[in-house]
Amino acid sequence: MAFQILTNLMISFLWMFLHNDWSVSRFIIGFLMGIVILLVLRRFFRGPFYPQRVWAILALLVLFNRELVLSSIAVIRHILRPKLKITPGIFAYTTELKSDWEVTILSCLICLTPGTLTLEVSKDGQTLYIHAMDMEDANIISEQIRGTFEKAIMEVTRS
Amino acid sequence: MRMIGELLIVLVILFGALFSAISAFGMIRLPDVYLRSHAATKSATLGVLCVLIGTFFYFMFFLDVISIKLLLGIVFVFITSPVAGHLNGRAAYRSGVPLWDKSVQDDLKIALEQEKERQSHS
Repeated sequence: MAFQILTNLMISFLWMFLHNDWSVSRFIIGFLMGIVILLVLRRFFRGPFYPQRVWAILALLVLFNRELVLSSIAVIRHILRPKLKITPGIFAYTTELKSDWEVTILSCLICLTPGTLTLEVSKDGQTLYIHAMDMEDANIISEQIRGTFEKAIMEVTRS
Repeated sequence: MRMIGELLIVLVILFGALFSAISAFGMIRLPDVYLRSHAATKSATLGVLCVLIGTFFYFMFFLDVISIKLLLGIVFVFITSPVAGHLNGRAAYRSGVPLWDKSVQDDLKIALEQEKERQSHS
């Protein structure tokens, strides 16, 4: 991905050299042309066409924000309820993600989902121990983690 | 138009202050460390973020300053607060702070015992 971005920047600088015009607008035109050229030549690069990955990163950011708002509202609902109706507990969750980087992002995301907090990551990085506010919906939570978060992270790292 | 903008900024900052206040109330009310850190990581983060965003828009629209420092502050709070919550919980568990007595399940205890056994064998 880094190689594709560098190539794209080189194309836009080449475009600026060709016009002998060092303005931002010329740079943007060159950059857009570079994207088109890379789109045509994408068979020759290893890995996917890079704007796809940029798009996946944006989607992950949106997911992060949405989860933050939802989880705050869920926690506040628990706090303001006149009688505490929570059954906390710790459950283990095995992940399929491999690298440290992916597991870090996943545990940050879990810290921000409604009613969950990562307590410990096992040494091999495959099992996360999650403290949940309501054990009753622990299954729902782990399904949700598997379905949405892991998928969104995988889109970024290895689509 | 100016009125609406002002109203929106006021609402965002008020919302943030309210969230922070409620999460402070949660720190008093919830029974153990782990549940308290739920309140601290989520609601307090959102509260601080709302206040910072409101301030950013106020500077942008009414004083014509785009404050990059505020944006950086938003990013840093966003990145660091879940990590801080995780570390607090982990340190508490490792130093033996008990769970609330109404907790129903504890998978981590089993795993830690296994780990200790393995260490004593080797």
